[in-house]
Amino acid sequence: MPENLLRILSAILAIVVGCGGVIGVFYILNLGIERFPKPWPNHLLPWVYVGPAMLLLLAYLVLPTVRTVYISFLDSRSENFVGLKNYGFAFTDPDMLIAFRNNLLWLVLVTVISVSLGLIVAVLVDRVRYEAVAKSLIFLPMAISFVGASVIWRFVYAFRPEGSNQIGLLNAVRGVFGAEPLGWLIERQGILTPLWDWLQVPDISNLPPLLPVNNLALIAIMIWLYTGFCMVLLSSAVKGIPKDVIEAARIDGASEWQIFRRVIIPMIMPTLTVVSTTIVVLVLKVFDIVYVMTGGNLDTDVIASRMIKEMFNFRNFGRGSAIATILMLAVIPVMVANIRRFTQQEANR
Amino acid sequence: MSPGLPRLRPKRQSPIERLLAKAPVHFLVVLIAFIWSLPTVGLLISSFRPQRDLLETGWWTVLTHPSQFTQFQLGNYADVLTSQGMGQAFINSLVISVPATVIPIAIATFAAYALAWMSFPGRQLIFAAIVGLLVVPLQMTLIPVLRVYNTLGLSGSFLAVWLAHTGYGLPLGIYLLRNYIGSLPRDLIEAAAVDGAPHLKIFTRLIVPLSMPAIASFAVFQFLWVWNDLLVALVYLGGNQEVAPVTLVLRNLAGDRGQDWHLLTAGAFVSMVIPLVVFFALQRYFVRGLLAGSVKG
Repeated sequence: MPENLLRILSAILAIVVGCGGVIGVFYILNLGIERFPKPWPNHLLPWVYVGPAMLLLLAYLVLPTVRTVYISFLDSRSENFVGLKNYGFAFTDPDMLIAFRNNLLWLVLVTVISVSLGLIVAVLVDRVRYEAVAKSLIFLPMAISFVGASVIWRFVYAFRPEGSNQIGLLNAVRGVFGAEPLGWLIERQGILTPLWDWLQVPDISNLPPLLPVNNLALIAIMIWLYTGFCMVLLSSAVKGIPKDVIEAARIDGASEWQIFRRVIIPMIMPTLTVVSTTIVVLVLKVFDIVYVMTGGNLDTDVIASRMIKEMFNFRNFGRGSAIATILMLAVIPVMVANIRRFTQQEANR
Repeated sequence: MSPGLPRLRPKRQSPIERLLAKAPVHFLVVLIAFIWSLPTVGLLISSFRPQRDLLETGWWTVLTHPSQFTQFQLGNYADVLTSQGMGQAFINSLVISVPATVIPIAIATFAAYALAWMSFPGRQLIFAAIVGLLVVPLQMTLIPVLRVYNTLGLSGSFLAVWLAHTGYGLPLGIYLLRNYIGSLPRDLIEAAAVDGAPHLKIFTRLIVPLSMPAIASFAVFQFLWVWNDLLVALVYLGGNQEVAPVTLVLRNLAGDRGQDWHLLTAGAFVSMVIPLVVFFALQRYFVRGLLAGSVKG
């Protein structure tokens, strides 16, 4: 017990030192600056206020980013210049190509499904009295870590050989319908393959699977996590539409569907764009789910998990950096769009 | 529906008709909310079941005899908290998350004030750059920062993760707070400045109290982010079990001992309890933060 007490005490000390230190630094710097003769304090003070932030941003984001681009042109131990070899690897290696395919699958499915489901719920939930409860339940997964979510879903996907008691929810449901249990996280086959087989379309069933079951199982976790996020943002946009507008459309004889399609969607378009790009950026960087659930085995790797693998498991910093740089290139359009949106906002201020 | 207008509905609906017309809406909302809660509820129930039961039957079987309390026990929690290091990890997570939330708040608020209300060369450019940094993937920074940490002997220390989380959280913090502080009434701040109040006084007496809603939003956001983070802890803390947070310990349980279902269930809930409390208590601020800052990935 004294050991635990010591631990908690040192934890509190660490918290006090960590937090107090920063605020102390600002105070001391500020007092120091004010002793300077005029007009120096007015010129220097802004830099005292933004300085620490700029230093940290430089040290943790700007310089490392530049450095990573540089390392991506060097060999695995960053000793010799190898030109574009790492990029050549990234775009030709079969495992990398699978990671790209998976990332594309993630991008399309997570964005489309979580945004549209979020929108549907946002519109529907506006009309029921238990709105707050329903929203909280759907939004709740946002508070759960990727690791926690992975453990939760392990119980949904758990697989036992046929004949034994299924402890996973999905396989138990399959059992109710008389289907044999499916190894959700192992199965590399396309989810539609049984359908093609049944329809006897051999051409399609011989192709590499387009929608592998195990990837879909991982993607479902992300959708579960982020539909609430989409719903919350879209819901506030839907509520922002003036009631008169909708009422006017209704009086003009528009059906509920027409109101949704012609009034609600156009009016929340800006929010829809922001939400979709946020999800796209999040999905590009997704790593934890794959890392915890499958470790990227059985063709489930994505770009971000591949990068960690190159860096940690294979100690190939050149390739790791090249993969990170590719991720960076993918988010640059979003970055440009954000900055452009911001400058417009500032101009209107 | 605006109250002043006469309702131009073709005919009045009886309550039952209205209920029936709305039935599909109710059905869909309840169905989705049910599906969304099911996985978490399943895990919660499982975490109280003995190991033997867990491996033999699905968690839903408890619903067939729900009042039989002997089927529930706290053994999994006791086990995972003491012998599996989850107790210490819990403390570690607090030690990581609290400073990693407070430090960026302090730094971001000062910077946001300067960017909003002080005039100095390059101000707009700096803020535009910060907006750009919002979406930089963490992956882009891991290798160089880790190398510097290794040279300085910082990896595996709390300081390493505090500073890293601060750096990664700052763009969002400055962005949120600058937008908020920048929208405070100009007269108020200029009046204080005319009265001769120094910047530090304006900042502590006026700006910070007025910005509390925005600060709270960012605090909730950053705290949940840090608490739930795996990547930063994994890379900068390495294999140092002494300082590992809950996410890292949970991931090790899931990886190496993937078949110890009873430990996994209780461990997952230990890791989730604080975020869930924060979420339910401060959901308002969290949502507001999301609304204001939904450009971060």
